[in-house]
Amino acid sequence: MAASTGDTYRPKGYWVPHVVIAVGILITAFPLWVAFVASTLTLGQISQAPMQLWPGDQFWVVWKDVLEVGGGGGGRIITAPVSTMMWNSFVMAMVIAVGKIVISLMSAYAIVFFRVPFRTFFFWMIFVTLMLPVEVRIIPTLQVVSDLGMLNSFAGLTVPLIASATATFMFRQFFMTIPDELVEAAKIDGAGPVRFFFDIVLPLSRTTIAALFVILFIYGWNQYLWPLLVTTNQNLDTVVIGLAKQIDTAGGVTEWNKVMATALLALLPPMLVVILMQRWFVKGLVETEK
Amino acid sequence: MERKVVYPHLVLPYLLLAPQLIIIAIFFYLPAGQAVWMSTLLQDPLGLSVRFVGLENFEIVLSDPAYRETIARTFLFSILVVVVALVPALFLAIMADRVVRGASIYKTILIIPYAIAPAVAGALFLFLFAPSIGVISWPLRFVGVDWNPRIDGLDAMILVVLSSAWKQIAYNFLFFLAGLQSIPKSLIEAAKIDGANAKRQFWTIVLPLLAPTTFFLIVVNVTYAFFETFGVIHSMTQGGPGKSTEIMIYKVWYDGFIAQDIGRSAAQSVILMVIVVALTVVQFRYIDRKVHY
Repeated sequence: MAASTGDTYRPKGYWVPHVVIAVGILITAFPLWVAFVASTLTLGQISQAPMQLWPGDQFWVVWKDVLEVGGGGGGRIITAPVSTMMWNSFVMAMVIAVGKIVISLMSAYAIVFFRVPFRTFFFWMIFVTLMLPVEVRIIPTLQVVSDLGMLNSFAGLTVPLIASATATFMFRQFFMTIPDELVEAAKIDGAGPVRFFFDIVLPLSRTTIAALFVILFIYGWNQYLWPLLVTTNQNLDTVVIGLAKQIDTAGGVTEWNKVMATALLALLPPMLVVILMQRWFVKGLVETEK
Repeated sequence: MERKVVYPHLVLPYLLLAPQLIIIAIFFYLPAGQAVWMSTLLQDPLGLSVRFVGLENFEIVLSDPAYRETIARTFLFSILVVVVALVPALFLAIMADRVVRGASIYKTILIIPYAIAPAVAGALFLFLFAPSIGVISWPLRFVGVDWNPRIDGLDAMILVVLSSAWKQIAYNFLFFLAGLQSIPKSLIEAAKIDGANAKRQFWTIVLPLLAPTTFFLIVVNVTYAFFETFGVIHSMTQGGPGKSTEIMIYKVWYDGFIAQDIGRSAAQSVILMVIVVALTVVQFRYIDRKVHY
């Protein structure tokens, strides 16, 4: 009997899901492991096919080099130091995430808690932007940014991406669930709209804000087309753009150890955000997008 | 839809709405309008003058065999990405749903690729599949597969599909798992009592109940494959070799910035806009239906 051996009862084939998931994890982790190993080897070791799959001793050399100097094809330095690019990515992701959350909180609050003429019109105006991703209006948007003198600046990288139909919609949905009695009580106690927002609405919105922050930080960090268009100054390159620049697609030498170190550095911050804020993120993602 | 208790202010709500409305007016509506306008203009080869040509750019673009091929290629690419991103995700979710011990650790690891930028995923896969040194292409050559995505269009297509789909599996997994966990256990129990085996349970209960989730994910993944994979293509293959991995979004960028053919690039932008609108409408009809359940 299972109970007498102190073991729990296990149905036949209980191990099948574990094995399948182990394979899934392997597929997820393998590219990351290979990238890590490559970032600890010399170029010579990497080109020795088959490449070894355990780390070498070049970790400090390679990582210090990319962080402080940068990387490029064939020994030419063609990118800014990765530390600079990570800072650029960080600023861009933070400004976009916080900016989107702030202006969406404001517009959703205005639409839900005020009697505004044309508020349905405003709501739809914001909402329709979902159908206008950067990709379908790249040249004219770039023209506008250039006319405003925002090329090669953090403002140009971030401001045009700060509007958010998704965040406005999520906050609106959430605000609709706040009971009328609460607004009534606040009014009786003499709380005006500003006080009501900071004392009641904002604290109640914490979970929604946390969930949105994860999604929007990753959105900002992972931008590709927009920074590619707006910046020509390599000191403003984000780490994702810098990574692509390090790869020689024309057939020359690619310093794969540096490229892989940069790739890992590029994915570390968004990965940490997802892991550390997993609870809110999963809840927010699945509940809102459905 | 309407709240009963609201504040009566006249100025404050407009101040609150202003930042968002100003940004979307300047960076969304104005450029989108310009894209439509530019798509009706033809620039002379020297760029000295433009003239209004109505729908001629669309005629030129849509009758161009190269563009038609790009459309066909984009659809093929999107279908492949959707299938490769959905099927393993569903399979993994079903397995994760059965696991009791270790479930949260599994989940944490499996969602990591969601955080990875398409271009970064591209770099990782480019290295794994690099012709002579790649950890995966080496054994491939060993078993007689002459793998070289730099020369072979099919190899390049496989590579961009795998890199694009890999990171999307995490996202789909989360939704499938949430969908599975919302299926009442009593339904499965009832089916078991009626003698349905695992296979039958899946086809008659689980899959039909997952249909709304699956539909939603198909739309999201198609949108992803159409627009967000630009980073994968640009960083991995630049549309090559030849034109074998050139998808529509890459061609808009290429024709507009490299070939400097503004009118035709704008016409392509408008065509893509129509596709986004169609996808969004489909997505919302689905959400509508769900709300009325």
